[in-house]
Amino acid sequence: MARHITTQRKILVTGGAWLAAFIIFFPVLWMFLTSFKSELDAFSQPPSFLFFEWTTENYATVLERSDYFRFALNSVWLSLGSTALGLLVAVPAAWGMAFSPTKHTRGTLLWMLSTKMMPPVGVLIPIYLIFRDWGLLDTRFGLICILFLMNLPIIIWMLYTYFKDIPMDILEAARMDGATLGKEILYVLMPMAIPGIASTVLLNIILSWNEAFWTLNLTTIDAAPLTAFIASYSSPEGLFWAKLSAASTMAIAPIIILGWFSQKQLVRGLTFGAVK
Amino acid sequence: MGRIVLEKVSKYFGDVLVIPSIDLEVEDGDFVVFVGPSGCGKSTLLRLIAGLEDTSGGRILIDDVDVVAEPPAKRGLSMVFQSYALYPHMTVRNNIAFGLKMAGMDKASIDKKVNHAAKILDLGSYIDRRPGQLSGGQRQRVAIGRAIVREPKAFLFDEPLSNLDAALRVQMRLEISDLHNELKTTMIYVTHDQVEAMTLADKIVVLNAGNVEQFGSPLDLYNSPRNKFVAGFIGSPKMNFIEGKHAEKYKVPTVGIRPEHLGINTKQSVGAWIAKVGIAEHLGSDTFLYVDAEDIGQLTVRVSGELNVSHGDIVYLTPDETRLHRFDGDGMTITAAK
Ligand SMILES: Nc1ncnc2c1ncn2[C@@H]1O[C@H](COP(=O)(O)OP(=O)(O)OP(=O)(O)O)[C@@H](O)[C@H]1O
Ligand SMILES: [Mg+2]
Repeated sequence: MARHITTQRKILVTGGAWLAAFIIFFPVLWMFLTSFKSELDAFSQPPSFLFFEWTTENYATVLERSDYFRFALNSVWLSLGSTALGLLVAVPAAWGMAFSPTKHTRGTLLWMLSTKMMPPVGVLIPIYLIFRDWGLLDTRFGLICILFLMNLPIIIWMLYTYFKDIPMDILEAARMDGATLGKEILYVLMPMAIPGIASTVLLNIILSWNEAFWTLNLTTIDAAPLTAFIASYSSPEGLFWAKLSAASTMAIAPIIILGWFSQKQLVRGLTFGAVK
Repeated sequence: MGRIVLEKVSKYFGDVLVIPSIDLEVEDGDFVVFVGPSGCGKSTLLRLIAGLEDTSGGRILIDDVDVVAEPPAKRGLSMVFQSYALYPHMTVRNNIAFGLKMAGMDKASIDKKVNHAAKILDLGSYIDRRPGQLSGGQRQRVAIGRAIVREPKAFLFDEPLSNLDAALRVQMRLEISDLHNELKTTMIYVTHDQVEAMTLADKIVVLNAGNVEQFGSPLDLYNSPRNKFVAGFIGSPKMNFIEGKHAEKYKVPTVGIRPEHLGINTKQSVGAWIAKVGIAEHLGSDTFLYVDAEDIGQLTVRVSGELNVSHGDIVYLTPDETRLHRFDGDGMTITAAK
């Protein structure tokens, strides 16, 4: 256990880790800094890192030009709605596959994953036509359904792997104790799988929040979430880097804050089962 | 009440027939132990009774009601698992109370029952801890507590003590025995352990490849095994089987003699089997000798710990003829008087 680590080595490894973290984080930082620059500074060569004239005018313009909160509210609706619907379907599905598998279970899981391998654009036209004919275009309900379906395979896969680590005996004990199927799942399975469920929920919220293909193609105004809000600043006539950065910063702020506060859950969930 | 009757119960896993057809009657209040080699279907049979597996055929009657179509909860049985299977996210108190809550009992009655169980099993000092903070023995106590509060018609145990160390196993064995004397509820208990089976059981069921080889009291099985399988399975160390010249003397293909029924002498005597000591295991009170007998082969002999023999010694063995078991060509016991 007590492996000897020299101070020098420790400094080296720590420094390396910080460097890697910085590189990963850099684009977000750069976006954040750019959002406080004037459009001119945003383009300057060489780019200035910290020593430019800080301004909040971009935020003012963006807030003035578009209704941020309406977009944000739509994002909240879409991510929470699709996640809730996803859990409702995925928990029983994963329960079934983890605890009463048949010889088709593996195949089903792989088949579900294979649907994720298809590029979404391949089904854009049929789905667009269905949405148009059913009057679902630019509705929250339609978007929630599509995001739910897109993420369902991932939710089921994740829950399945967490559930599989739970000893069957404990569920059987609950059955002997007189728990109905619903109560067994609610009072015994779910509490034991909390870390896994939490990270699944978080991941799904993040994925839905940032999903840009379907949200951009199937919405115009009423159901448009923050991805559409960002997109509206990347106009073809010429990019306004600073305003685009301000819009992007505002769009990802809520999800970063959520991630920050739940990072413990997230890390615990994503590494669940790795250490017994 | 807790009378459990199996009628022609069978079980397939896919295409594999694990239990061909079992008939068994467990009387109310009996302590019945299932023993048998690994993979013979003990757990499966217990789980069929519990309702955790579906039968492929036959009937299971609890107090004369066919429960084959009933889910586990409706059968009124409690089960104690080898792995304890406690709910890790609940305190000991809630673990024990869970079944009562599921039954919709009111809080005051639940508390009363949980406290009572805690007192019987001495759980008081860790009633508010979680299973993760308990030792194996404490966990098994909680699992038993969870089983008794529901006042089941019968208890089902699947190797409940096999994860405990030897000393604790003895203690828990006595506690389970006490519990049975006190509650007088039917208990069905699966074990690998000879001693557990012999000491706990009113009746033992010897299973082999999904069939009941014999069903009877421990001493019945020890004294009059129905066939070679039971004779070899019950008793420790195992019974010696002798074929050939020395069996022909008794006019049967095979005779069996238990290690404790072989007389031993260090001096030559008439008709005795001559054997050379291989290994001598000194347990203190007893010594087990593994000897190589002339014209017979390997034999196990159980002698008093005081006898001083060691590797390489020549000894003379005489079987106690009244304790000799005779088997026919199919391995069935021949009971004809001498
Ligand atoms: N879910 C299952 N699917 C397929 N076969 C099974 C299943 N459970 C048990 N079996 C098979 O049924 C047979 C009996 O198993 P069982 O667990 O009842 O044995 P056991 O007597 O309890 O053994 P042990 O003493 O090792 O616990 C074994 O051959 C086993 O491989
Ligand atoms: Mg078993």
